[in-house]
Amino acid sequence: MGQASQLLMRRVRKEVMEWDTAKVQRDLADGERFALVDVRETTEWNEGHLPDALHVPRGFLELRIEEAVPDKDQPVVLYCASGVRSLLAAETLKQLGYRQPVSLAGGYNGWKNAGLPTVLPRTLGDEQRKRYSRHLLVPEVGEAGQLKLLDAKVLLLGAGGLGAPAALYLAAAGVGTLGLVDADVVEASNLQRQIIHSTARIGRRKTESARETIQGLNPDVKVVLHDEWLDKSNVARIIADYDVIVDGTDNFPTRYLLNDASVIADKPVVHGSVFRFEGQVTVFKPHDGPCYRCLFPEPPPPELAPSCAEAGVLGVLPGTIGMLQATEAVKLILGIGEPLVGRLLTYDALSETFDELRVRRDPQCPACGEHAHPEDLPTYEEFCGLPVRSA
Amino acid sequence: MSVVRIPPVLRPSVGGARQVQASGDTLGALLDDLFTGYPVIREQILSPEGGLSRFVNVFVNDQDARFLQGLETPVAEGDTIVLLPAMAGGA
Repeated sequence: MGQASQLLMRRVRKEVMEWDTAKVQRDLADGERFALVDVRETTEWNEGHLPDALHVPRGFLELRIEEAVPDKDQPVVLYCASGVRSLLAAETLKQLGYRQPVSLAGGYNGWKNAGLPTVLPRTLGDEQRKRYSRHLLVPEVGEAGQLKLLDAKVLLLGAGGLGAPAALYLAAAGVGTLGLVDADVVEASNLQRQIIHSTARIGRRKTESARETIQGLNPDVKVVLHDEWLDKSNVARIIADYDVIVDGTDNFPTRYLLNDASVIADKPVVHGSVFRFEGQVTVFKPHDGPCYRCLFPEPPPPELAPSCAEAGVLGVLPGTIGMLQATEAVKLILGIGEPLVGRLLTYDALSETFDELRVRRDPQCPACGEHAHPEDLPTYEEFCGLPVRSA
Repeated sequence: MSVVRIPPVLRPSVGGARQVQASGDTLGALLDDLFTGYPVIREQILSPEGGLSRFVNVFVNDQDARFLQGLETPVAEGDTIVLLPAMAGGA
């Protein structure tokens, strides 16, 4: 260190508060409220850091600290490798208006040598960095968000009109596990809209066909096949492993069955449905917003609810709705934006208009209301006179 | 006058129209006016007892009438009424 540097350090040391490892550890254990910021370079961070630390390399400190730690009144404990760079970083925070910047004496090395816990950060591989580079550039996603997506498990009910586009985009986005529930085989009449399948795969199981396309698109994705229709005996088991459910079924019995099971299991359902030129999308997040039974206490009679097989659908339409569902699923995983909870988005392809309707939680709802017993509700198999099938 | 948006499954009951006009000071009165022109649609929107159906929701502007004042919900000139039946299709 040159003479000028020594003078600078001497001055900074007088102006900046330092805490030792024992105090920081004690305060962390006591749940004291402060921000812990690692100001080292990324290569150092990648070799290990303090638990719950934020990473803002010193070179980016002035540019990024306000985004990382918006509250300037709370203490901010900064650390580097040995406690020198963090002193300078703390000085910088003072200039930025932070009231209590603190430097961790001894830094990361002192902490580690004291036998205190450290964690190895999970990072993306080089191939993943390339693949997800456009996500990494978006601050709301970034590396942490991409890792969340890779850890996420999304169940798609139906590998059909809605499930096909949703599965493709979720796979491309790097959702690490996609479950597919469908017991159908690919038919020629599916290919007008179910773009995950192909002419060559007519006659093959939809789940296997979808898996082939997904793995061709993104080998990071683990595809779990459920070659069965959802029913009362398997619904709880199938949904248990997943974080988010994308509902692209084509019948009311399955929608009510899924609703009640997802309320019990506390799993968010991204709901989509289509009819000819029109579609609906919403998110049913148990106990945060309404559920399907709050919106539609009972299924309509069959003459008011023909399926796509009976009524037809514009091939592009489930693409639009399925992609909105995929968007909502990604938002739920990342915890960003305003999910469609309590809002029903309706889409009319002919007038090319979206409308939004408010959906309320019904306190009397038999599935999620105050005195609800979702485990005892009817499944409507007999009511609709329809077989329980999914897309 | 208010605009009543007709969902696809109910359009055959109103001669295929995507939206029709109706008037009334309350939702009930407005629907009665609608039924005068299109009697068939009544049984699809109201229960046999005359209340709102449990499988077709009626929204006054963007609010579900069940959580407003039901058929007594006041309707103003220019309001939009949306009839919303559940749709199951996904395939």
